[in-house]
Parts: sequence; structure tokens; C-alpha cells
Amino acid sequence: MTNPIKDIEESDVILITGSNTTENHPVLSSYVKRAVSFKDAKLIVADPRKIPITRLATVWLRQHLGTDVLWINGMMHVIIKEELYDEEYVKSRTIGLDELKKAVENYTPEYVEEISGIPKEQLIEAARLYANAPAASILYAMGITQHITGTDNVKSLANLSMLCGNVGIPGGGVNPLRGQNNVQGACDMGGLPNVYTGYQQTGDLAVRTRMEKAWGVERLPENPGLTVTEMMEEGHEGRFKALYIIGENPMLSDPNLNHAKQTFEKLDFLVVQDIFLTETAKIADVVLPSASFAEKEGTFTNTERKVQRVRKAVAPPGEAREDWEIICDLADRMGYSMNFKNAQTIMEEIAQVTPSYCGINYSRLQEDGIHWPCTGTDHPGTPCLHMDQFTCGLGVFHAIDYIPPSELPDDEYPLYLTTGRILFQYHTGTMTMKSEGLNELAPECFVEVSSLDAEEYKIEEGDLLKVISRRGEIEAKAKISEKAVKGTIFLPFHYAEAAANKLTIGALDPVAKIPEYKVCAVRLEKR
Amino acid sequence: MNSENIITINGQPFPFTPGETILQVAQRNGVLIPTLCHLKGARPTGTCGICLVEVEGEKDLVESCAFPAEPGLAVDTDSSQVVQERRTILELLMVSGEHNCLFQDVGDDSWADFQTKATDLEEHQDICPAYGVCGLQALAIQYGAEIDPSQLRSAQYPVETVNPFIVRDFSRCILCGRCIKACNEIQVNNVIDFDSEDSPTKVVTDGDRALKDSDCVFCGECVQACPVGALVPKQDILDGHLPAEAKMIRTTCSYCGVGCQLYLHVRDNKVIKVTGDEETGPNYGSLCVKGRFGYDFINDPERLKTPLIRENGSFREASWDEALKLVGEKLALIKKDSGPDSIGVLTSARITNEENYVAQKFTRAVIGTNNIDHCARL
Ligand code: SF4
Ligand code: SF4
Repeated sequence: MTNPIKDIEESDVILITGSNTTENHPVLSSYVKRAVSFKDAKLIVADPRKIPITRLATVWLRQHLGTDVLWINGMMHVIIKEELYDEEYVKSRTIGLDELKKAVENYTPEYVEEISGIPKEQLIEAARLYANAPAASILYAMGITQHITGTDNVKSLANLSMLCGNVGIPGGGVNPLRGQNNVQGACDMGGLPNVYTGYQQTGDLAVRTRMEKAWGVERLPENPGLTVTEMMEEGHEGRFKALYIIGENPMLSDPNLNHAKQTFEKLDFLVVQDIFLTETAKIADVVLPSASFAEKEGTFTNTERKVQRVRKAVAPPGEAREDWEIICDLADRMGYSMNFKNAQTIMEEIAQVTPSYCGINYSRLQEDGIHWPCTGTDHPGTPCLHMDQFTCGLGVFHAIDYIPPSELPDDEYPLYLTTGRILFQYHTGTMTMKSEGLNELAPECFVEVSSLDAEEYKIEEGDLLKVISRRGEIEAKAKISEKAVKGTIFLPFHYAEAAANKLTIGALDPVAKIPEYKVCAVRLEKR
Repeated sequence: MNSENIITINGQPFPFTPGETILQVAQRNGVLIPTLCHLKGARPTGTCGICLVEVEGEKDLVESCAFPAEPGLAVDTDSSQVVQERRTILELLMVSGEHNCLFQDVGDDSWADFQTKATDLEEHQDICPAYGVCGLQALAIQYGAEIDPSQLRSAQYPVETVNPFIVRDFSRCILCGRCIKACNEIQVNNVIDFDSEDSPTKVVTDGDRALKDSDCVFCGECVQACPVGALVPKQDILDGHLPAEAKMIRTTCSYCGVGCQLYLHVRDNKVIKVTGDEETGPNYGSLCVKGRFGYDFINDPERLKTPLIRENGSFREASWDEALKLVGEKLALIKKDSGPDSIGVLTSARITNEENYVAQKFTRAVIGTNNIDHCARL
């Protein structure tokens, strides 16, 4: 997030898109609910599903799946045409307005309505509302990124926010909500194929030399490595030999499960380190038992870039060990000593090699967390980014064109499928499904169908349905819900026995390499 | 700040910001004024009357949670009249419902002794589940509330236990309204309210249905807000331990990216309860159903306890030494034969920063490849 969570209560207008906030980020959603209920903030929601937060919306845009660039460009079209944008801000802090103007010129409300299904009056209302707010915040999640145009979608939101002078002000910003507890931290720490900690490029000679010195190695690899989706592809082609998977369950989360299974079978060696025997661990050659969050010291970095302590409350079961201990032990055996005494000493090294974490240490984290960038031990941290200027000088507008999703419904597969999470379960369910209570509240997978589609396909509540796509099929019970829109069904992806990812498509965003989980074409059959 | 914006509390001057109540000024400065109904972040209700104070020039005692601080105000938080009035209110509250915790048969006036003895009692599990952490109980003892045992009420309502997480026992409810504030003004779920605005008798959902048949999302905000034993986590009752017996460790939630700050309550090396940390953001005490109630996995019998090695198609248990030796040798061999770029590491959005750091360092410095990624895009 560019802004801290508490800022949401200072927004005059909040735009939520691609985020079922109340179910996926419940505590953050109460900031939104309080802002709207008690502080007169106005809410714009853009989501095809009638998710709970739409109840509070002043304007609810119900776009067709995968048409986000379209409506965002459409809003900017209106804002530019009606001259509602922040001229002063645009002049002093951004470049590329002319290109943007050209790019959105054709996105008239009529054109947007034709393809996205959003009535033009609503689009205009949303545009005016957003543009006229002194401070407007944008919140988004996987519903924006899990598309072949995910990167475009994000850039479009940034365009919109900059156009109205909302980046770098309290109550504004472009705020991605991270789905998992430490996605932010995993990225910050260099758990990516092209960067070390703090997004320092592996391709940058000066950086690499510094890391070589810090780590005491002669030559670090220069070229960017493979992303997880590329590893799966290479593995499938037999060009990839071994995979060491720590705390992840791609056998349930991969976009194309049948393909993933074949890949794993082709590997020479698969090591899985986890707290449970997950679907992925079951097919490993070696399984290493690790400690859960309650059994270790360390830090997580949350979605607002706040580094917060994790503390050990109980001992791990049996011989399970903390992940860092296992890796260090392995490194030792492979001839490289890491020499860390505990998590605290690891953080000391992180601070040494990472400018944005440089001022962070455990004694400062005692009472409360710190937002990075934190560039010195006397630096208070940075809750709000881009306050005086953008990190890279001027903010650049990107001219972006609409590209339709990679798979559209046709005669054979007439319905859209979209996937997501539900309140009572989490990710691949490894943790939540161990709770009897949560299972009682959300026991099994379901297919969410609109009442109109239910009528058309003669489906009754609870009917066992087969959902079939070009890649596979699953079975689940029908749940007729007002959340669903006609022509689109929804599946939660938590359940192994009805893994939504057997159906979804492997098509990737070309930049972020994120699969298009949010749109594919399916048909329904009654069992 | 305007130099006139000062009030004195118990003879000491304190600056205030216009709009603050006496209670807020006191709380901000560490002056203790007891209250049972005030909930930080919500509008005051003034239902309990405990926060009464004496204000110079006012004929009656005033409720400090609602009385605005004004320049020159002189407040006495503990005058004998205040103490007497609080005791009376507490005595009335104690007999308003099933609050029999102070009537175990132990003729002790020492709190510590009484508590030790009470926990030793056979009927330990029959003791109110809020025993030892109850706001009413603590104040009743502190103010020496005297209650005639013959006036004690027994249960007036059946206990609601039909959902997996929350037990509702209105025989112990003091109608302070904190749960309602928590649900409607903090989490804004708007699920519960008093049954009547003027003379409430009970906190109800729409149509007085059970929570599981209402719009309740089981965030448990109401449970954390309840100062007595009317709303309790079901696990507390199933375990039969007194909540005060647990050790509390502050940490960060391991589910979504909001990163709520919470306390793990631990007993016998087992997490038995989770509560939100009210002092720090981003959540200031709030949690959701997963963060508050989804901790069973930690102690699940299916947790992996030893390394496993696949042999002839099935797993066998192995020692760390054997397993890591095998992994080390295998990876070294593959690196030698097919090059470092034929090996990849998937690190995790679930593990700590420190562990992610070590994982990427291992990949780059030991294996010698940049093939490291995590599954957050998946
Ligand atoms: S658990 Fe949450 S939603 Fe349910 S009644 Fe309590 S505060 Fe309201
Ligand atoms: S308590 Fe709920 S909202 Fe808070 S971090 Fe955990 S999962 Fe997220």
C-alpha cells in the first residue's frame, strides 16, 4: 500500500475493485465500513459479484469479467473531458498526460457500456465522485492482478489516482491488499528471481558486487532466474531437475493442476518443507517438518509495509524446526556456513544489505512495527509513500489499451468462471481446515450461481453440479446466491477435492507472470 | 494549544483538546476512572454509571465518559461520595444476574487466597468462565460491594451454544452495551442490538435468532468487548481452565496481509485462545474469525513431526541428519551434472522475513542460481 491502513478513515471517497474486502481482509474492511458509516465517506465498488461491501456503495459498477482497463480508462475519459483532474498536481509531479489523453480518447461512456456492461450514467457518476474528492483512496486485490492484463490493470489504477492528485496525500493512494500474511515480506526479502532484498536488481553490477562481498562468495549469478510459472513449464519440458519448496502448496494453487502434477512427476528430486503433509508434500522425495508461526521468532511485513514482530509462544511438535534453521543446516552441509545464531542476527544482516530496511532492528520493533523505507536507526519509517515526490522523480502516465481476457465464453462453454476466497477458509486450507469450527461454517466447496442462471439451467439449491472447462472438471453443490451475476459462476479455490484450479487457465500476464485465475469459460452439467 | 484548555483531576492540572471528555483526558494521562461500558473508538453510552466523578460546582455526580472537558473544570475521581455511589451500583449489578462468583464457600477476604482456593475447588469448571478476568468481579472486590447471598439470582436464560465459537449466556449479561458498540461501531457488522431502546432486557440479533442464523461473521469483537462472562469463547468452556491462568504472548496474525497484532494465550505448551492487542495498530484489538478462532492447526495431531524420506513409493521416518545429508548430496549432484539453473527454490509468503532472506541467500550463494520465487502469484 502507498498509504497506511488507518488512512482509509481519512478518505472522502474510497474506490474498491477486485477485492472482496469484508471476506478477505475483514479487519481492514471495518476501516472502510467506519469511514462510510460514521465519517461521510462515499464508496465506489467495481465488481461483477454482489459482494457484501456493495451494500455500502454509493455507486456500484458491475463490469463484465476482465474489462477493468476499459472502465478505468472510461472514468479518466470523463474526468479529462469534464476537466475534473488536478491540473496543478499533474503539471508539477507527473509526465505523459498528453499520451494518456490520447489513449483514453476513444473510451467514451457509450463504448465502455457496450463492452463492459456498465451503464454510462453510472460510469460518469463514479468518475465525478472520484475526481471531486479532496482525498480518494483506491483499494484493490487479486481481482485486479489475476488477469492476463493484471499489470495493465494496476497501471491504469495508478493513472487514475495520479490524474486526480491522490498519490502521496493522506487518505489517498493506490493500495494493493496482500492476500497472504507475508507476501510483502517475501518480495521485500528477495524471494523473486530478479532482485535481492529491497528490490535491488541482480543484474546491477554494483549491487551484485556488494552482495558478493557481504556474503563472502566469489560470483553470484547475474541473469534473472525463472518465475514459479516458468519453473513449472521448464520442469514439464524435462529441462528442470530439482525443486525445493518451502511452505507452499502448488499442487492446489497452480493454475493448471493436471499440468503441475505432470511437472512434479518429471522432476529428479522434490523436497518439500512444511507444517503438514500437503498435497504437494505427498509427492515429494523428502519432506522436512517445520515450525508454525506460533513456534518461531521473526518478523512479517504486512500489506501497509509495516514490519512487525512474530514471537515464539509454544515449542514446535516433535522434531520440527524453524525454517531458517533447516536451511542454514543444509547450507552448512553443502559447504557454506551461514552462522546465524537466531532470527535477530538475520535481521541485523538484512539491515546491513538492504537500504529500505536499514534502520530496522528488534529493539525498535518491541512495542510497535515500523513502515519501510526506514533508512536509519533514527528514521521513523514511512507510513505514506511519495509524499513530496515519486521515488523515481516524476510520476509517469502509461497509455494503456483494453485487451479482452484470453478465454471468452462460446457455445460449448457458455459461462464465465471466476474464483476467489471465502471468509471462513484460507488459501489452500492447510491451516483453516484443521479447525472444526471453521469447517462447520464452511464445510465444502460450492458453485455460486445466480438465480437467473439457475432458472435457465434448471438448477436447485444443493444440486450436485459438474463444472467443466477445456482443462478439466470438478463437482460441487450449487449455491444459488444474490452475489452472482447472470452468466458468471464463482468457485472458492480452497478445497482440494474440488480444486477450482483444475478448471482455470494457465494464461499469464506477460510482465507479472500471474495466471488469469479470475476469468475462464466453463459449462455446467447436472449430475 | 490554548493555555486555558486545562482541567484539574484530583488536584493535578491536565491539558485537553476541545471535544474530549473527562474520561478521555484521564485515560490519556493514566488517571484511572473505572468503567464497564465505555469502549475505545465508540461513542459513549453511559449505561453502567461506574465512571461517575465529582465536578466542582455540579450538584450531582456526573458521568465522566459523556461530560466534556471545559477550561477550569475541577474533578475529583475518588471522593467518598463517588466511592459510595459506585459501590451501590456494583451491588445492584451483582444481583441483577447470575453473578455468584464471590459466594464460593471460602471465608477469605484476601483476593489472592480466594482465587487460589477457588481454582482448587471441585466445581472449578462451574465457575463463571470469566473468573479472574471479569471487570465486574474485580470492581466488586475493589469497592467492597456487600451482597446478601439470599438476593443472588440464578440463571434466567438458556445458554446459547449452537455455534462453533461463541457461547452467549444472558443470565450473566449486565446490559452495558459494549458488545453492541463493538459489533456496530467498530466492526460495523450491525448484527446485535438491545431488545428495547428504553428498557432493555437482553442483547438480541434480528428476530432474536441464534448467532449462527443471523448475519454474524464470528469476528468475536463482541466477545473481546464483554467485560463479564456473558460472551465467552466456546473453547474456554470446553477447556475448563480459568482464563487468568494462561500466559500471553504478543505476535502477528499468520493469515491475511492486514497483519493484525494479537495475543496467543498459552497453557501447557498449547495455544488455547487468541485475543486482539488493543494498544497497537493496524487492528487495535479487532480480529476476524480466522485470526481469532482459527488456531487449531497449531496443535493439530497431523502436524509433521519428523523428516520423511520416500522409499519404494512410500514414506519412512528419518532423522534430520539422514534427511539433510540426502538433500545436500542430491542437490550438489544435480548442480554438478545439470548446472545450478536446473534447480529452483520456492520460498513462501507464509514464513518470516528472516526465513525468506535465508532462503534466497541459500539459492543464490549456495546453489548459485536466481531461480527463486514464491507462490503469491498463484
Ligand atoms: S461475532 Fe462479530 S459479527 Fe457476530 S455478533 Fe459479535 S461482533 Fe457482531
Ligand atoms: S485477524 Fe483476520 S484480518 Fe487480521 S490479519 Fe488475521 S486474517 Fe487478516
